[in-house]
Amino acid sequence: MLYALCFLLFMIGLYCAVVKKNMVKIVIGLAIMEYAVNLFLIMLGYRAGGAAPIIDRTYLEAGTDKVTASFINAAVDPLPQALVLTSIVISLGSLALIIAMCIRIYGKYGTFDITEIRRLKG
Amino acid sequence: MIKALPAFVVIPLVTAFVLPVLGRKGKGAATVLANLATMALLVLAVASIGKSGIYEVGNWSFRVGIVLVLDGLSSLLLLAIGIVSTAAMLFSTRYMEQYTAKSKYLSLFMLMVAGMNGLVISGDIFNVFVFLEIASLASYALVGFGCEEEELEASFKYMVLGSVASSFILFGIALIYGNTASLNMACVSEAIQRSGMNAGLAFALALLIAGFGLKAALVPFHAWLPDAHPSAPAPISAMLSGVLIKSLGVYALARVVFNIYGVSVAVGWVLIALAILSMVVGVFLAVGQWDFKRLLAYHSISQMGYVVLGIAIGALILAQGGSVAWASLAILGGLFHLVNHAVFKSLLFLASGSIQMATGTRNLKQLGGLAQRMPVTRATCAIASASIAGVPPFNGFWSKLILVVAAVQAGLLWVAAVTVLVSLVTLISFLKVHRYVFLGDLPENLHQTRESSGLMLVSMGFLACLCVLMGLLLLVPSLKETILDPAVKVLTDGLNYSRWMMEMQAARGKIL
Amino acid sequence: MIMEQGQQNPGILDKGRTSNGAKGMTVIVKTVASWVKVLIFLFGINIVLFGHLTPGGGFAGGVILASSYVLLMLAFGREFAEENLPLPLASKLDCLGAFMFALIAILGVVFGGSFFLNFLFQKYLPGQALHLVSAGIIPLCNIAIGLKVGASLFLVVLVLSVSCKGTDCRFE
Repeated sequence: MLYALCFLLFMIGLYCAVVKKNMVKIVIGLAIMEYAVNLFLIMLGYRAGGAAPIIDRTYLEAGTDKVTASFINAAVDPLPQALVLTSIVISLGSLALIIAMCIRIYGKYGTFDITEIRRLKG
Repeated sequence: MIKALPAFVVIPLVTAFVLPVLGRKGKGAATVLANLATMALLVLAVASIGKSGIYEVGNWSFRVGIVLVLDGLSSLLLLAIGIVSTAAMLFSTRYMEQYTAKSKYLSLFMLMVAGMNGLVISGDIFNVFVFLEIASLASYALVGFGCEEEELEASFKYMVLGSVASSFILFGIALIYGNTASLNMACVSEAIQRSGMNAGLAFALALLIAGFGLKAALVPFHAWLPDAHPSAPAPISAMLSGVLIKSLGVYALARVVFNIYGVSVAVGWVLIALAILSMVVGVFLAVGQWDFKRLLAYHSISQMGYVVLGIAIGALILAQGGSVAWASLAILGGLFHLVNHAVFKSLLFLASGSIQMATGTRNLKQLGGLAQRMPVTRATCAIASASIAGVPPFNGFWSKLILVVAAVQAGLLWVAAVTVLVSLVTLISFLKVHRYVFLGDLPENLHQTRESSGLMLVSMGFLACLCVLMGLLLLVPSLKETILDPAVKVLTDGLNYSRWMMEMQAARGKIL
Repeated sequence: MIMEQGQQNPGILDKGRTSNGAKGMTVIVKTVASWVKVLIFLFGINIVLFGHLTPGGGFAGGVILASSYVLLMLAFGREFAEENLPLPLASKLDCLGAFMFALIAILGVVFGGSFFLNFLFQKYLPGQALHLVSAGIIPLCNIAIGLKVGASLFLVVLVLSVSCKGTDCRFE
């Protein structure tokens, strides 16, 4: 059910990126799409009643450096969190580039409206 | 050679980060370093032909860590990337003098090469996404490199569509992880074979086909290509059309469809439909163009249709349980056309760059009679046009012949007819190009044009020689067996990819 | 990029002029910012260094480091921040961070035989679990990434903070 809501958020972002005419709104639509995918990835790792996958002294077996088996079975999956970190960094780079492009286009064309930025045709 | 596998990614990455430091004072040194890096990658790619194996990064076992995989298909694509990037970098030493900020250009170029190389040798599906993003971001910046209005507009459109495609791909990867609990391509394939398809995996496949199809510029996802490729500087157009849409689009699509999911009849027909649409729409929109580079960009769409057609016919034959020999032939046609197109399309774009640098325009109506002024450009452009139109004995002819034969053998006679028709229309459009650019009368304002200088001619000549000689790749049996057949075998073996990886893992340490 | 010399229109972040024409924001903001920026920078270093024990790590710490300089830019005006960390220096720090990261990965080949091998953990300096000196090369990688991300993000905000219309402005 929550996954369907994530997908709905993805569709809202896609609608925004495809239909809107203002360049900044298109960029916001792309950002919403990326947030939706990151949210979906994190929710995949969820385990009901799970603990955060951060090892503390209480989770180590007494006297050794090994992690208790109960912690491993009860913690949420840390791999999607690593994937999401990477994905957030990538979206940051992409967003910075596309915003810079928008600023440059505004400097050249004088408008943010993509229906007026149509010199390439055919 | 397997121990040197990370060098394909490390060499361009380190070069990309060292080049801005050399900066403005050492501009000559920066260019020499960049050229050395691309040539080193070409040498490594040639040395990796025929070898295969896996490399576990950080000595982590492959069920837990990231692996780099070298097999036949990867080495074929590494070879194509090496050839085109060497030629484009040689060409851009002189061509990019027109622009400022050349060290940033070189840095971005090396990042793009690093991303493409990494994607092709990656064995982990999320790593594919990361390298895809590296290459895509570098290419977005490179398309809008000369910050004129049209280039910025084209780059913006490309960036929006490219980001949508990347989000689709990431969503598909997330769905795959949710259903199979693994990211390694072999483990995912194993899990799908064990548990069978369910709705989530089918939806993930649809998303991945849409995302990679957009990166490969298949119709109806092609809207960015006719704007982006003409606006980029000529060597970048050559790289984009030559290798980026192939490694990001077709290679990833083939990996997902053949090695991870396994072929099915529905997917085969979908890909054939996309391929036919691309071929026809691309070529008919190309014939009416008056902008040289825009015409070449539409032809790129059409030729990508050829490549995907070969792979799709192979997939269909395998899925219907037909003869593996005919499926191998179809896939051979598709992959051989991939390499051929990389060579002749990049040569065409470099020739258009040479013409644009000499005359200042790329409008066919304003050009004319350049045959005496620019003989080398004319000769190489003629060779490339003959290749793309499928004139024997150049390389395009052989791959198109194989595709037609394979289509007939699969029982799809109408597909073969469409292929031949599209070939004829391609020939017509390139005859038009030659008539308007090289033959006819020289306009008055172009009387001072001279041939381009040394390094640009060297790179164009190198690619032209390859166009002529690549027919031998097919006809000489020993070359075919070392270079093309392993690539075809990887795809026809399909789901045995996961078993092969397990065997490699068991034999690790005994393979060099 | 083809650029022409042009006048630089006042950037967006220069709009906050005080009544006597000085740049930046009011005296209260400037005073507090000059104290707080050091705390933010220190906090960023903490997140980077303890990245293998607590949440955070290279990227998150780098963002915090960059934000301390962005605070400087917002409170005092763009030119002051640019004098503090000039553009060429930030660009070189960026490349240095990435190069250090690649160097650590290549040292894995030299010392252990595999790319990105955690050679410090496995051979030379295992350290004690849950202490600062542990987990091998991971803190070193965090430092390199923190440096790179901090420099890059500051560069990005600096470059985006100039808006020119018509003719372009030189950034180099």
